Amino acid sequence: MDDLIVKTITRLIVPFIQLYGIFIILHGHLSPGGGFSGGAILGASIVLYSLSFGLEKASKKLSHEASSIIESAGILWYIALGLVGIFMGGYFLTNRAAGFPMGEAGAVISSGMIALITLGIGAKVASTMITLFHTIIKED
Amino acid sequence: MMQLLNVILVIFLVVCAIAVERTKDLLGAVIIFGSYSLIMAVLWLLLRAPDIALTEAAIGAGVTTILFIGVISRTRRME
Repeated sequence: MDDLIVKTITRLIVPFIQLYGIFIILHGHLSPGGGFSGGAILGASIVLYSLSFGLEKASKKLSHEASSIIESAGILWYIALGLVGIFMGGYFLTNRAAGFPMGEAGAVISSGMIALITLGIGAKVASTMITLFHTIIKED
Repeated sequence: MMQLLNVILVIFLVVCAIAVERTKDLLGAVIIFGSYSLIMAVLWLLLRAPDIALTEAAIGAGVTTILFIGVISRTRRME
């Protein structure tokens, strides 16, 4: 597809979509949203980019291998943070008793490891969307 | 006023759901399904579930539609 209007609008709007997705991921423990919603928005922005600029140019920004690695790293990050609770003598995903700093309630840096876990889920979901799209679209 | 809006949205939702099943053109059915997801997102918001509304708008109206269109471009358009 080679349309000037679509390309220009995409170039303008993609940073704002990604900023919104990162905002939703980072505020997952305070406001509606979280890892899944924000990751879906982040993935949709990359899908929009590869729809309007073509798969080759999008692969140059974020290749298939890189998104696969990010996908695996997200779930490994989640499991590692959950296992910290077991090693500190609690259950899987123990939060306060495992020694995570709780911070001030209502602030962005609070709630121990929930923000970190949401970050991992966001990376996982976003790269899953991109990998799904690439797998379906790619010519074989 | 809010109740009237709710009733209109639900009626539109049912019409969209029946139209998706009736349409022979698969691309048109996918577009109607996207509008169904958008109405469903507004309904989730009215039901005070903004979390689900956000996810529905991103997944249902965005990613699912794109994936369906990708599949249609690899196969036939007419049923």
